[in-house]
Amino acid sequence: MPELLVVKNLKKYFPVKKKFLRAVDNVSFSLEQGETLGLVGESGSGKSTLGRSILRLIEPDAGEIIFDGADLRKLKGEELRQKRRFMQIIFQDPLASLNPMMTVGQNIEDPLIIHNIGTREERRRAVEELLEIVGLGREVIDAFPYEFSGGQQQRVGIARALALNPKFIVADEPVSSLDVSIQAQIVSLLYELKRRFKISYLFISHDLAVVRYLSDKVAVMYLGTIVEMAPKEELYTNPLHPYTRALLASVPKMPRDGERQRRFSALKGEVPSPIDLPQGCRFQSRCEYVMETCRKQEPALREVSPGHFVACHLV
Amino acid sequence: MAELLRVNNLKTYFDRYDGVVKAVDGISYKVNYGETLAIVGESGSGKTVSVLSLLRLIKRNGRIVDGEAIFDGKDLLKLNKEELRQVRGKDISIVFQDPMTSLNPIMRVGIQIMEPILWHKVMSDKEARDRAIELLRLVGIPEYKTRVWDYPFQFSGGMRQRVMIAIALACNPKLVIADEPTTALDVTVRAQILNLLSDMKEEFKTSVIFITHDITLAMNFADTIMVMYAGKISEYASTEKFIRNPLHPYSQGLISSTLDINAKEGSLRPIPGNPPSLVNPPSGCRFHPRCPYAQDICGEVEPEYKEVEDGHYVACHLVKGGKFNA
Repeated sequence: MPELLVVKNLKKYFPVKKKFLRAVDNVSFSLEQGETLGLVGESGSGKSTLGRSILRLIEPDAGEIIFDGADLRKLKGEELRQKRRFMQIIFQDPLASLNPMMTVGQNIEDPLIIHNIGTREERRRAVEELLEIVGLGREVIDAFPYEFSGGQQQRVGIARALALNPKFIVADEPVSSLDVSIQAQIVSLLYELKRRFKISYLFISHDLAVVRYLSDKVAVMYLGTIVEMAPKEELYTNPLHPYTRALLASVPKMPRDGERQRRFSALKGEVPSPIDLPQGCRFQSRCEYVMETCRKQEPALREVSPGHFVACHLV
Repeated sequence: MAELLRVNNLKTYFDRYDGVVKAVDGISYKVNYGETLAIVGESGSGKTVSVLSLLRLIKRNGRIVDGEAIFDGKDLLKLNKEELRQVRGKDISIVFQDPMTSLNPIMRVGIQIMEPILWHKVMSDKEARDRAIELLRLVGIPEYKTRVWDYPFQFSGGMRQRVMIAIALACNPKLVIADEPTTALDVTVRAQILNLLSDMKEEFKTSVIFITHDITLAMNFADTIMVMYAGKISEYASTEKFIRNPLHPYSQGLISSTLDINAKEGSLRPIPGNPPSLVNPPSGCRFHPRCPYAQDICGEVEPEYKEVEDGHYVACHLVKGGKFNA
């Protein structure tokens, strides 16, 4: 499969009181057509900034974003607009991301109008079809977003993202604000869409179970860098970075056959401030295996087996 | 085990422009000494209102319409304001979801821990200071001796939740209500706080009502599980029984729509539809429009909430003799 998206050494630093918050620090990865990369990490790890920097919703400071053969950071105006047509985003808060003054149909139609696609009649048919695809039904076309529940609003957000037949969608915590039963519906919908339309997702989430369900490969972020990246099954069954291991161990599992956990494996401490990063490995303050080298030298992300990358001195 | 709290037929309604929201509509449950009860449900199921009603911590448009709540021999719902104040923060305390909005931002955390102790005149000022420092040590705050005089903004999210827990434990309560205490926290910190709650339960021998939307967490953490749907209890059982034999179709649906980290691809079975309006709840069983097994009777007659096997209560027409017959 040809590569749809290649991100190389992407950086985004935010100035904070004469210092820099290194939100995204030298991140590289690639994505094939139809492939989904799950991006996990705790709050402040830089996952959303990375997602938005790729779309240039946040302007990155350095690095390359090769999408469909073109370096996005070198494009301007009309050229950029044409490329971005094929890149969409689904946000966490569905209500805040829809225009409250527009009907559901108008919200979904808007990208088609912006890109001058079809006649009014064709656009209406396209919107109706999209409403069917996301499971809302065409009869809701004239409703307003506030009339909908959170799950239905998120379906509208998904329909809008699909309107221009994108090749790539950044899904930024699309199910985190939803209730359990609704979350399951939206995850199922995203799963179906992925198989049906061969869309590549960058699926951002702190929920390791959801990421496993939807992704082909998974990257774990910590304080602005990818510490481990591997094909899904490899990452979940053979995690190598101490942070990945701790993350996976801290998730409560559904108790089958009465085997319950009363205590959960917990990583010590909390994510340190991303402003004054220590020299060496970013994870050193919470790592139980920390050695002298870890405090001196920052580990590089190396390929340890085909497709499995880890940034740790101990691996 | 002896009973600490027994709630009978509690009804809490809210008046709204479009009608009366029957947020909690006739529920009965109990909590024993030392027991952890998890109340599981989605937003709007009434899980929080069913507990905060006991301390009358409900919004102004809400009213308790019926029921009793016998706590340690007295009916909480019959207490006057002053008597209720003696219970709040002393016998029953609460850990809220968002520690930043529930802590006072301009008060040093030590003072906030001392506040309930001094208000309830449990000990002297000097003793309360020592107690505040001791509590911070117990909840695992590093350098607690100096941190006790810091402000909430100087703490991280997980540390703030530890402070909240210290405040809740300050007067040695008999019952701690933990309302989604880990929902706002990151995964690794969540595990720390859950472990802390377990330790504190051991240390203080308190009963805990753990309100959560996370059924996986409830099934690991609690002694007893109570599932709520649309203002009613749909199922109540010891966690062992619940894990082995979840009887209500909603409980089964919650389990099958929860993604486990070891879930197989394509295995997710979501419950269709949305939770109902509580102004005009569905007739009969409130879950019947979303239930895959619904029969005619389910839309017509409200199922009785009854004991189907020892200590296992279910409200479903299809459950007979401790078995689910679809």
